[in-house]
Amino acid sequence: MPVDYIALTRAQYDELGYPPYQWAERPDTPPWTPFRAPMSESKVALIGSGGAYLSGQVAFHWKDDTGIRRIPTSEPATDIRVTHFAYDLVPAREDPNIVFPVDRLRELVDLGVIGGLAPTAIGCMGGIYSALRTVEELAPAVVAEVLAMRDAGEVDVALLVPV
Amino acid sequence: MPTICLTAAYSITASVNPPRATFVDLPLGNTVGRPHDPEFQRDLLRRAFAAAEAMDEAGTITDLGVAWDADGSWKRFATSTGVGTGDGRDDRNQRLDTPQYQYESDRLAAGS
Repeated sequence: MPVDYIALTRAQYDELGYPPYQWAERPDTPPWTPFRAPMSESKVALIGSGGAYLSGQVAFHWKDDTGIRRIPTSEPATDIRVTHFAYDLVPAREDPNIVFPVDRLRELVDLGVIGGLAPTAIGCMGGIYSALRTVEELAPAVVAEVLAMRDAGEVDVALLVPV
Repeated sequence: MPTICLTAAYSITASVNPPRATFVDLPLGNTVGRPHDPEFQRDLLRRAFAAAEAMDEAGTITDLGVAWDADGSWKRFATSTGVGTGDGRDDRNQRLDTPQYQYESDRLAAGS
């Protein structure tokens, strides 16, 4: 059985006397876009919400930071850092690929599993306690970035890695 | 554009209801596996892409069948929140509104 983080958080908030956390919910059927080609011929864009940034970039802050960081995928993940207030960062700081798998995706291109890797991966810090700001600020920034790459012929499929 | 969500939090992803999701029964913060285990990480991603390709219905969440340990005992420590222990702790870090660098050298490199 998967860990039920919604139930755990609800119980924790109750114990702490906090008002219930408002989880994002979408009861309707999500949109469906068919794959145009097999994954072996598809270029993949990586989007991760674990707080990845590149050394030299301004790090995310922890209070509803809705910014994105553009991380080039051509280089090894050595200079990728992670910052987030709500999960144990120790393992991801040892190897950012476990929340932001750029090295592995590059290898899967070489192995022919996917057709390519978008030149830019997108890091964000998913611990935003405002669904409205996520929808109105973060999501449009991510979408604009990915669509620009799609229009340049650099992306067919988006891989989302939430934390 | 088609999207593939790779998640370690089943209930949260089910609530958000993305078109294609793949689930890994691994601790939060280890979505793609353990540090410096590239073979496991590659295999996991390979499974995710294959599972996504096989989906034909919006809202599907496919369990990729990867395990963290033999008996799932990690789940007893799945949260650091003290839930169920009755001590009502909140172990999350304070939500500071200034950039939180991994290294001091990053702060210097960013010129802030």
